[in-house]
Amino acid sequence: MSKTIDKTTVKHVAHLSRLELNDKELETYSGQLAAILSYIDKLNEIDTKDVAPTSHAIASLKNVFRKDVLKPSIGAKESLKNAPATEGDFFKVPQIIEGK
Amino acid sequence: MEKLQSLTAHRLKELIEKGDVRPSNILSDLFDRIKALDGKVKAFVRVNKPDAAEADRVNKAGKLAGIPITIKDNICVKDEETTCASKILADFKPPYDATVIKKLRAEGAILMGKSNMDEFAFGSSCETSCYGPTKNPWDLERIPGGSSGGSAAAVAADETILALGSDTGGSIRQPASLCGVVGLKPTYGRVSRYGLIAFASSLDQIGPITKDVEDAALLLGVIAGHDEMDSTSVDVPVPDYKRSLVKDVRGLRIGVPKEYFIKGLDKEVEDSVRGAINVLKDLGAKIVDISLPHTEYAVSTYYIIAPAEASSNLARFDGVQYGHRAKTSKDMIDMYIKTRSEGFGNEAKRRILLGTYCLSSGYYDAYYLKAQKVRTRIREDFDKAFGACDLVVTPTSPTAAFKIGEKMDDPLSMYLSDIYTIPANLAGLPAMSIPCGFSKNSLPIGMQILAKPFDEETIFRAAYTFEQNTEFHKQKPKL
Amino acid sequence: MNYETVIGLEVHLQLSTNTKAFCGCSTKFGQPPNSQTCPVCLGFPGSLPVLNEEAFNYAIKVALALNCKIQDLIKFDRKNYYYPDLPKNFQISQYDMPLSYDGFVDISSGAKRKRIRIKRVHLEEDAGKLMHPAGENYSLVDYNRGGMPLLEIVTEPDLSSPEEAYDYLTKLKSILGYLKVSDCDMEKGSLRCDANISVRPRGETKLGTKVELKNMNSFKGVKLGLEYESKRQVAAIGDNEKLVQETRLWDVEKNITVSMRSKEEAQDYRYFPEPDLVPFVVDKITIEKVRKDLPELPEAKTDRFVKEFGLSEYDANVLTSDVDFAGYFETCARSYKNAKTIANWLMGDIMAQMNTRNAGIKELGLTADGLVALLKMIDSQAISGKMAKEVLLEAIETKKDPAIVVKEKGLSQISDSSKIEEVVSVVISREAKTVADYKNGKKAAITFLIGQIMKETRGKANPGLVNEILKKKLGE
Repeated sequence: MSKTIDKTTVKHVAHLSRLELNDKELETYSGQLAAILSYIDKLNEIDTKDVAPTSHAIASLKNVFRKDVLKPSIGAKESLKNAPATEGDFFKVPQIIEGK
Repeated sequence: MEKLQSLTAHRLKELIEKGDVRPSNILSDLFDRIKALDGKVKAFVRVNKPDAAEADRVNKAGKLAGIPITIKDNICVKDEETTCASKILADFKPPYDATVIKKLRAEGAILMGKSNMDEFAFGSSCETSCYGPTKNPWDLERIPGGSSGGSAAAVAADETILALGSDTGGSIRQPASLCGVVGLKPTYGRVSRYGLIAFASSLDQIGPITKDVEDAALLLGVIAGHDEMDSTSVDVPVPDYKRSLVKDVRGLRIGVPKEYFIKGLDKEVEDSVRGAINVLKDLGAKIVDISLPHTEYAVSTYYIIAPAEASSNLARFDGVQYGHRAKTSKDMIDMYIKTRSEGFGNEAKRRILLGTYCLSSGYYDAYYLKAQKVRTRIREDFDKAFGACDLVVTPTSPTAAFKIGEKMDDPLSMYLSDIYTIPANLAGLPAMSIPCGFSKNSLPIGMQILAKPFDEETIFRAAYTFEQNTEFHKQKPKL
Repeated sequence: MNYETVIGLEVHLQLSTNTKAFCGCSTKFGQPPNSQTCPVCLGFPGSLPVLNEEAFNYAIKVALALNCKIQDLIKFDRKNYYYPDLPKNFQISQYDMPLSYDGFVDISSGAKRKRIRIKRVHLEEDAGKLMHPAGENYSLVDYNRGGMPLLEIVTEPDLSSPEEAYDYLTKLKSILGYLKVSDCDMEKGSLRCDANISVRPRGETKLGTKVELKNMNSFKGVKLGLEYESKRQVAAIGDNEKLVQETRLWDVEKNITVSMRSKEEAQDYRYFPEPDLVPFVVDKITIEKVRKDLPELPEAKTDRFVKEFGLSEYDANVLTSDVDFAGYFETCARSYKNAKTIANWLMGDIMAQMNTRNAGIKELGLTADGLVALLKMIDSQAISGKMAKEVLLEAIETKKDPAIVVKEKGLSQISDSSKIEEVVSVVISREAKTVADYKNGKKAAITFLIGQIMKETRGKANPGLVNEILKKKLGE
């Protein structure tokens, strides 16, 4: 920890999040994130070597399943009714360029 | 006749049952009130005015027959716009009802509209909404708290009878406290999250925001229960919460954690909460000094776990299936980037960036895993504390409502306003805020009561006893 | 220089449950686009996953059949990346605590037996399907496949030739077929295979530059793709070219591999535990019960066939490669004593028919009873072996019972010696010249005479009897 976050990292993280930041935003977020992260660094004060992580607050909950029983689907019309672009019963998206 | 909009649900229920009042009468008073006031308060993002005859035809046997309720805008209502107060979900009409909505409908509640909130519930002030801020009914210059600020303000301003909020780090309790109403975050797993648009899945819970404790018990009784659509919903029987509404705290052991009464806690808030603790003591409760040593790490822990989960939960808002899509784009990736950059507000972006960073390669162990381990420590603190006491009482918020704009440029100080509410989410505990005083400026102050998992009943008992012996909940803002 | 190839395979297997992994939508193949969708598999805001118990049970079954250890605490993780076939822009998968790990599959390549280690078997959800209309600058998405339960079965890099990869897949498919957890159809995409392949000078312990090979749509395609890729890499090293770590696609038309993207930007999937699902624990007793209830698997069946039916190991291996085929053999063997004869027919003409028709034994439509009846007709000399082959073909072609084919065609063999004697006499008197040749020592002339007799009887005469009677008459 205790690495402060620089603009290059913020830019990289923005790309991972599919966000773009202009120079001013980059400046602002870098500063704010650095301040937050330096506050968060407090956690280093605690020794957690032999502590099990908590993913769920109610730790006793295990093996929650559903039966393999069909439920009605909502159908293409309902599925597509909020879509910004469709063609036939498909969702339509811009072209996908690999390797980008 | 009394102004119907200012009555509680349990009182209106009696009146409806006796035949003195019809649901349409309540709605008509409420909509008059909204028309007169909501231009100032801005608690609602959308109102539904059901047809009077239709409203009067509701299931009379239902536990909430004919009672109007306002829903936070992050809970899905079939075919009705649900946007999380974000541009990215513009015009989104879910093809399904959240489980809590199904339960409300089944018990005859009338859905009267959607309330404002911080965008995707990211905030403690209701200022990050794409619709603009909600105002605190006690002082229109001030924030109502957040993120369920619209729900809390609507209840406080008598613009609704009941409201649902959601609470990830205090989003029900803090606005309830700042608006002088009752807000309950149930135990994690007590209420189904199916249909609640996720902020941080391991912390989110839906809960009631009401005018008094009895209404909170009534509403929780309706929305609680196991749901096979939510793997994290716990199959524990729902008690009849009405039976916990007893005016008696004799013998109850109330823990007061020293770590909550520290620097940063406003003197007036401290005095009010200490006064309230004395009231409980005078009523026969046993006050126990306890320690929750990892309290100071709660905010750090939360601001890793919550944004990390949020960054993943919010990845789906990409312009493919619903919501906003950028008008022009070169290709798929360009569409993602433009859509998301246009659609999310600043706070959402900030949290997505923070969360993505904490999960990214090389940082996971230092941040996310570390936070999960500290989360264990925080849970253990409570496990230990509940050996010595039945309830824990603390302030809900370190200060009363602050001014609009005051903390907008300083996210860290905004985050720290959740310092007392966050631990309950990390530990999955039930916690309620009830009015316990007023500041010199006549701003409400709330007290938080926490209990062991699934022990909402003991919270109701203490809160009800306190409320029945005090007058704070009867105060109304002058609007 | 002498090079060796190092291959690891990653198989994705669609499980044949009724419903998807985390919602109740149907998994039926070939339905209209987006018709089998709901808020959960579309990843709509507010929806939550709940695990299909059957998918989980299938996964445990496969893991145990592949000799894997079951994880004490099984959890799911989110694999985060943006792609339009992924409705939530993350995939529910398993990262550091997969359902099972450390297993193996024994293969036999030719006479050699080899153990291929299984690194892990884990459960995840499938993605939707993208369509790219030709000549258009957009794509279309169908989420019917999205959320189907998928098993990922990953080997260690233990395969050292394309043949071994082929044999491994064949064996894996055979085992999966026995478990009845998937239809394993590569054409339908219910079984998909990617490969990691590298080459290195023999004796070198460090791995060479790895290429991920995708888009192979059949077992044969896997073999051909790997063969091409192995040669390409060796040639590149020979030419002093630098190999790059990349993903390449097998082009089935051109029979080459082409670069898809170089991994210049390492993917960062930001795995973290799926908070919407709780952990899963399978206790030891349940594991042992599932293990005990596993069906007899190919190897055990092979051993039993050798012991019980006296088959060669080779025959037993072939017969047990497919669960239905093995079952068919056993059904026949219950009512027909000579197991070797059944094996010969199954592995000969019948398998040839299955191959030409690209059909399983069930689709062929020939019942076990029908085949046994046919074999019994040969034994009783009601028909000749040669006729039986024709009958078999006809029966498969027309989906009729072999006994009925025999009857309809009037194919029953003539084994009545007086009738045969009549025909023999006619031919002898007609072909006086050939008879004379024979008597003058041209022994081969008898073949012509037999041919003539068979022609007269339209092939129905019992060849043994014809031979006997003809020789007797010529010797007179």
